[in-house]
Amino acid sequence: MKVTVKYFGLVAEAAEKSEEVMELKGQLTASELKTQCLNGLSIVDKDSVQIAVNQNLDDKTTLKDGDEVALLPPFAGG
Amino acid sequence: MDKKKPKKVFVQGAIPPEKIANSVANHQSKTNIGAHSIFLGQIRADEVDGKTVTAIDYTAYEEMAEKVFHEIREAAFSKFDITCAHIYHSLGKVQVGELCLFVFTSSAHRKIAIAATNFFVEEIKAKAPVFGKEIFEDETHQWKVNK
Repeated sequence: MKVTVKYFGLVAEAAEKSEEVMELKGQLTASELKTQCLNGLSIVDKDSVQIAVNQNLDDKTTLKDGDEVALLPPFAGG
Repeated sequence: MDKKKPKKVFVQGAIPPEKIANSVANHQSKTNIGAHSIFLGQIRADEVDGKTVTAIDYTAYEEMAEKVFHEIREAAFSKFDITCAHIYHSLGKVQVGELCLFVFTSSAHRKIAIAATNFFVEEIKAKAPVFGKEIFEDETHQWKVNK
């Protein structure tokens, strides 16, 4: 199955990309995908990166084909 | 109704000060309003390790942010007896001294408007997926984190 992963802010900077389509094999939770995506990136505080699945913050859900997953660094609005 | 319709929050670049005056002018015909409350966020020239911030470059997960802004609006209208509420947030580069956030609520009475504005500002800072790159005078940068 395929999911779209979006990167923002310092995560996009570290990953040197803003979006990619990933082919996943087997069942994976959002949190497991986050670990996989952040692995090897130079981000000091990986725990501060939140995950949104289809625009809702959620790291527990098991991903489905076509999901949009976003890796969100700490918010800085305002 | 004015309060139910999803509204565009993001504006490209700084929010011009004229927008604040125009917004006030646009509400003078609504005579059930007795109080407006306004919050304006301005880019501060913070100093970090001897370097000074000259601008913040804002990006956002726009689709999610618009959804979050809408949810905050819905929550504000159910929590506070406000007549209307408008929020604007910058995207892209905003120089120090310029405005990046404009929250404008109106009510019959001041306490409600002031509390509602405060609610909007705190919710936006905590929940909206907006990211800020603080740019220093030497073109280096660091990523802003809300406290």
